[in-house]
Amino acid sequence: MSGVRVLVGTRKGAFVLSSDGKREQWTVEGPHFAGWEIYHVKGSPADPNRVYASQGSSWFGQVMQRSDDGGKTWAPVGNKFAYDGVPGTHQWYDGTPHPWEFKRVWHLEPSLTDPDAVYAGVEDAALFQTTDGGQNWRELPGLRGHGSGARWQPGAGGLCLHTILLDPKDPQRIFIAISAAGAFRTDDGGATWRAINQGLRSEHIPDPKAEVGHCVHRLAMHRSRPSVLFMQKHWDVMRTDNAGDSWQEVSGNLPTDFGFVIDVHAHEPETIYVVPIKSDSQHFPPDGKLRVFRSRTGGNEWEPLTKGLPQRDCYVNVLRDAMAIDSLDSCGVYFGTTGGQVYASKDAGDSWAPIVRDLPAVLSVEVQTLP
Amino acid sequence: MIRVELPAHLRTLARVDGEVQIDVGDRATVRTLLDALEARYPVLCGTIRDHDTKERRPFVRFFACEEDLSHETPDAPLPRAVVAGTEPFLVVGALAGG
Repeated sequence: MSGVRVLVGTRKGAFVLSSDGKREQWTVEGPHFAGWEIYHVKGSPADPNRVYASQGSSWFGQVMQRSDDGGKTWAPVGNKFAYDGVPGTHQWYDGTPHPWEFKRVWHLEPSLTDPDAVYAGVEDAALFQTTDGGQNWRELPGLRGHGSGARWQPGAGGLCLHTILLDPKDPQRIFIAISAAGAFRTDDGGATWRAINQGLRSEHIPDPKAEVGHCVHRLAMHRSRPSVLFMQKHWDVMRTDNAGDSWQEVSGNLPTDFGFVIDVHAHEPETIYVVPIKSDSQHFPPDGKLRVFRSRTGGNEWEPLTKGLPQRDCYVNVLRDAMAIDSLDSCGVYFGTTGGQVYASKDAGDSWAPIVRDLPAVLSVEVQTLP
Repeated sequence: MIRVELPAHLRTLARVDGEVQIDVGDRATVRTLLDALEARYPVLCGTIRDHDTKERRPFVRFFACEEDLSHETPDAPLPRAVVAGTEPFLVVGALAGG
């Protein structure tokens, strides 16, 4: 019988939540790496037993972990992330030049075909790759060498490369996003990159055609249509139908177009999900109501999904890597909150129930659909 | 043998309980001690000092014999009591209270 495995990264460790295909009874394993910040845990599409985790601490730096048994046991792998050549400077918050400094790995994106190959998005923003199961990491320097790197500026969370999307139809094409530089695309396997931010509007940038400087929070793609991307920007939900060459706003009737997560239904490429968040400073749901919004029209027309979610006195956040979708016939949707809840919907968002309520603040949620 | 006391997070990472004992040979300095510690527990590479520069991470400090050795040159001899094994060398995560 098929099943799902939800991989949860939190401020104080990693957790593995497992269920069969019914998604009613769950087992909770963890905390793994107790006390450490786990920014991301993700499994290999090519081998679901191969799972990678980014473990870190402000005191003791970056550690990388690998599991070969679906997250039951782990072993540390290489944790050396050295920028290629002389890293130079990016812009600091006040616009002054600031040296590039490695801080942490935000996001791991395993290859679609090779369990030993993984991309890592790091802060300060750069893209790294391993091809030996995590033992060695090397930078793909073409991204920072794009020419705009000296103008990249950190968002509130740092200058982080937080999204990596691999094109399932074209192994040479990769999309990435950096807060607060914008989105970028390579069509040659990472050798060269182009900024794909035309059509984005950001209040703090006077030039409407600015190549970089946009605070992209998250990108999402449906595997059947890799040229259609959805974006949750700092403000605005956006869509492109031409692989990022141009973007259109699809915020429509959302109560606020600020948020962090965005994801796509497993079987309906025009069905997308966001969690609107009140901003700029509050970063909690409007009116204390935790609502997922779903659009079945690829944006613009949104419906609130509230059944099973707290509709009063709820002031949590849902961070950018904390939503995931399984691919069972009735598509499952999962998200985690800074209050430590992980909610699951086994009916594409119509209703929700918590898998766990009291984890440490959730940083990331991924799900594996198991055969 | 030099006794090294690691902070809890690094003990967990290195999968050790309590102090670890490290043999550094004739020349016992912070540098040779950490070289030997990392050779025995490679998972600690990069967690106490930088991979390449070997500089102490900013939020890590070193103490021994009730003295702060964090800012000493890493090539200075360790205190005799540490070399003799009567006092531990402490690796401490810098804290400013809770």
